[in-house]
Amino acid sequence: MGMAIDRDDTKFHVLAVDDSLIDRKLIERLLKTSSFQVTAVDSGSKALEFLGLNNNDADDDEEDEQRDSNTESVSSDEDQDHPDLGLGVNLIITDYCMPGMTGYDLLKKIKKSSSFKDIPVVIMSSENIPSRINRCLEDGAEEFFLKPVQLSDVNKLRPHLMKGRSKDIDSSHKTTSTRLITSGN
Amino acid sequence: MDGYGMQNQIACIRRSLFDQGYLDEQFIQLEELQDDANPNFVQEIVTLFYTDSTRLIQNIELTLNSRPINFSKLDDYMHQFKGSSSSIGAKKVTSECAVFRQYCAAGNAEAYISSLLPYIYTD
Repeated sequence: MGMAIDRDDTKFHVLAVDDSLIDRKLIERLLKTSSFQVTAVDSGSKALEFLGLNNNDADDDEEDEQRDSNTESVSSDEDQDHPDLGLGVNLIITDYCMPGMTGYDLLKKIKKSSSFKDIPVVIMSSENIPSRINRCLEDGAEEFFLKPVQLSDVNKLRPHLMKGRSKDIDSSHKTTSTRLITSGN
Repeated sequence: MDGYGMQNQIACIRRSLFDQGYLDEQFIQLEELQDDANPNFVQEIVTLFYTDSTRLIQNIELTLNSRPINFSKLDDYMHQFKGSSSSIGAKKVTSECAVFRQYCAAGNAEAYISSLLPYIYTD
């Protein structure tokens, strides 16, 4: 259904979130043309599901800490972000206006997650509302693109991804078990 | 020579769509995303647009025929329609959607529809 994942470990993997079928098709083509591996989903909850984040996490701040630590003690691969397995997501690009969970809600949930808070998040919107843009950027979005998104916008993604990759290279010398323990901060 | 004639015709029609303001440079972006590996991209996305638009127009019609008119739903459909038409470079559709949304914001869908009647019957 548009969840085809091509397991090329050398490519950056982008998770695209948009409720519009046309915009999903467009962003997918834009990203693939720029040599990204893409998974496109139609909602924030599907995005969280794909990441392996329970949708109920981050609803209640107190329970959050507890759930996160419980999840980590019985950690399986789906709950952890392992970029070197190819399923790992290196960047999330999401539409702002979506029914149910907005792109901003998704941004907040990602940033609250200990496993995924370091994944760069980019927000797209057809509406040029400065207060909206500022709020997203202040709350952790790396970029805010106005729709329709173009190749020149997608080209701005690579620096954010390269930052993440050099961090990964540093940690790649550690063993897998060490990484599981250290990523659980 | 028939093939060449046909291509020429298509090129002319395409150019006139730009000249008349039906398409803008976003459409060119779509054409540029098409290549040998994805030779049908433009056709696929435009087809998606037509299918999606049909659905949206049906919903808009239903909403307009209900009393009282649910302006919030209407605005939602128009937002979607404006978004997808803008994404494929359908310039005129996008601007009509914007105008319609302004009327909706003023709670005045009926006035807008009356202004559209000449367009509807000449098509």
